Formats: sequence, C-alpha cells, structure tokens
Amino acid sequence: MCLAVPGKVIQIDGDGELRMGRVDFSGVQRQACLAYVPEVQVGDYVLVHVGFAISRIDEEAAHETLAALKEMGELAELGPPPDTSATPAAGGSESS
Amino acid sequence: MRHVDEYRDPEAVRAVADRIRETVTRPWTLMEVCGGQTHSILKFGLDELLPAGLSLVHGPGCPVCVTPLEMIDRAVAIASRPDVIFCSFGDMLRVPGSHTDLLKVKAGGGDVRIVYSPLDALRLARENPGRKVVFFAVGFETTAPANAMAVSRAAKEGLENFSVLVAHVLVPPALEALLSSEDVRIQGLLAPGHVCAVTGYRDYEPVAERHGVPIVVTGFEPLDLLEGALAAVTQLESGQARVENRYPRAVVREGNPAALRMIDDVFVVSDRSWRGVGEIPRSGYTLAPKYSRLDAAEVFDVGGIEVNEPEECQSGLVLQGRLRPSECPEFGTRCTPEHPLGATMVSTEGACAAYFHYGRARQDGSSARAEGTG
Repeated sequence: MCLAVPGKVIQIDGDGELRMGRVDFSGVQRQACLAYVPEVQVGDYVLVHVGFAISRIDEEAAHETLAALKEMGELAELGPPPDTSATPAAGGSESS
Repeated sequence: MRHVDEYRDPEAVRAVADRIRETVTRPWTLMEVCGGQTHSILKFGLDELLPAGLSLVHGPGCPVCVTPLEMIDRAVAIASRPDVIFCSFGDMLRVPGSHTDLLKVKAGGGDVRIVYSPLDALRLARENPGRKVVFFAVGFETTAPANAMAVSRAAKEGLENFSVLVAHVLVPPALEALLSSEDVRIQGLLAPGHVCAVTGYRDYEPVAERHGVPIVVTGFEPLDLLEGALAAVTQLESGQARVENRYPRAVVREGNPAALRMIDDVFVVSDRSWRGVGEIPRSGYTLAPKYSRLDAAEVFDVGGIEVNEPEECQSGLVLQGRLRPSECPEFGTRCTPEHPLGATMVSTEGACAAYFHYGRARQDGSSARAEGTG
C-alpha cells in the first residue's frame, strides 16, 4: 500500500490545497494532487502515492547515489573476480 | 522509467551484493519493515544474492494485514447497508473478516467500489448526494496525508454524505514494540522509505539509540534495498547503531512539512490494535474531535461486533518476523491467494503472498506454487 511511483510533472493547475497537476509515468498520464509539494515546478519528478505527490525527487541526491554505485561497480571490476559458483543467477534483477 | 530503471541495473546489483559479501564477517539478521520492500526482495531474488550468514526477516509493514478483524467486520457491516457506497483500496476487498469479506458483500449486491485515491471517494460523494459514501481509510503514514486531505476537503465543502472508517497505523511504535520483546532477533532495520518521505526519520533516532540497532532509511528498487542492507551490515560490523538515510532522493530528515501539517490538523495519535500482534500504545491515528462528524464508526451504529479469528492462521508471527511464511504448515496447501486463511496471503504487500507468488519453497522443500502458474 506504500507503493509510490516516480513521474514527471507536465502541467500544474490551482494552488494551495487545490494544487493539482498532470504527471507523466513513462507515457501514462494521470492527475495528481500537488498540494504537499508546493516547491515543485513543471519538469520536476515527484513520487506519487494514491493520487498525491508526497515528495519531490531530489535530482542532485539521485545523481550522487548513482555516482557512488557506479564507483562501487568500477572498484569491483578492479578487484578479484567474484566467486561465481556462490552467486545465484543474475536474473535477480529483472527489469519488469 | 526514469528514477526506476537506473536502480535495477544487474551489474550494479552484483557489485553491491559483492560488497555486502566482503563486508559481512559473521551472521546478522535484518528486518525490512515495509511489505513493498518484501515483495521487491522476493521478486528480484535479492535474498538469494546475500551471503549465507545474512538473513532478512519480513516486517509488519502491510497495513492491510494489520487492520484488526473487528475493523474488517465493521467495514463489512457498513458496506452491507443499502444506503451506502463503500469505497476502498482494492487490497482490502479479499481480506477475510470473521464471516465474510468485502468482495462477497459486493457479489451479494452491496455497493462496494475500488478507488485509486481517496479523492475518488470524495467525487462519488459529490455525485451521489442521496447516498452515504464511506471511505475505508487504511494505511501507514504514507497514506495519511491523502486520507487527511479527503477529510479536510469534505469538511470545507460541507459534504454531509461522506465519512471515513479510519484504521491508520504508525511505524515507529510498532518497531518499538517489536524491539522490546524478550526474544528479539532483529539486529538491524531497513526503514520504510515512503513512510519516511512523509514523516522524515527523526522519530527513528531514539529507537535506534534505545535498542542499539542500526536503522537505514531504504527505498524499494533492488539497488536501494541492497544499499540499505550494505549500510546496515557496515554499521553492525563496526559496532554502530544510528539512523542513516540511504534514500536521499526522496527523503529528508524533517519529512514533508505540508503533509505533516495536514495530518496534525485531521488526526490525533491513539492506541491501536494490530491484527495478529495485539494492541500497541499510541500506534495509530483517529480523527481529531473536530472531524468526528465524518467518522463512519460513529455515523453508523452497526451494533456489537463479535470477532472470530481463524486459529490456524499464524500471520501474527509472520508479521513480527518470527515465522517465515514457508515454515507455516498451512502455507501453499490450505492457505493460498485463492483461499487465504489470513490477510498476509491476500495483500500485494503480505509476506505470505510474496512467498507464494515468487515461488519460495515450503520448508519441506516442495514448491508451494502449482507448476505452470504465476
């Protein structure tokens, strides 16, 4: 029930408690209440839960997280190869 | 999808899993609190990427699962009234009550409707002034701002035919209760990222300190979850126990101030009974007195409710991380998603449903899932 999906704000209408917006989820667009993210502008990404944006995605923080992960991957490549016999199928990460 | 696909990259997943393997020197047990996290872990097979000594146990973070039986029975009684349009998130419809569930009420002619958002229920109230529209306000802190907004708007619009049946629960008091039990075996927690997007994580700091457990605010994608696990075992291996935010793209320490203001206006903290777990002090929300006119529990007198919990369902132990779904003798035999004994087999966030859908074997080694299904 705590599922929240990131989407891009493409239109904003109204203000205060009635601030609503159109949010694009990879081509599927839905109305969402933007009252709780007053700082959000068109083009920002938000996390939407049951029709409400509960958080603006912080692009800088996302970038830093991904950069740290990339670095971890590069370091792993430099190190000894992992013991693949102990590693389950990489299918662990499907992209559905 | 942006902000999703990047966190499912197989190479990066393998790199973080390798780092976890390098970090862990002794057995540790972590609990992921949210049922959505449990489903991601099983769906993506993350549990199988972890080193043998690192166990993940599944937490109570499934609002549908912990909604007390008495509340389900009350919902059934209200939804059965001919003057009512009963609105609910879809997950609640198949949760077994003492005698029946909301889906059977609907099949029997009751006007039970699945809504995507509480604002949909509000719209139904505007469109049907001659009917009484009741919204089943279930959820954790993540959902509270949405449900609070529906209440606030209904009050401002003077919608007399709208009410809410509130069964809101709160995460930190439940963690406090879990960690205070005598035989606790949880050494670190992956805190629910979307709850924390609303509330922030200040309330988790005294819990981490009091119980000496690292608490890592964690997202829902495979890399988020592995990063959370890595942060937790890194703390454990170095003897630390603090709150760490590994979901900074969505969560700040203070949470969402506008959402918290709305919650404060509409709800008050109250004691709450958790299905399978029992009463936990100050672990839920109830409508603030000024909104009591909108409280469906007061609007509809459905008489005394006598609950009848099936004895064979062990969901309480599952919700506390004391029993793996696959260790339950009824799992996959008498209890399946088609014929659930309890809510943990119904909800898309229930641990039993996750084990079943993603083919985790029963403890005796046989598959719970029929061949060729799912």
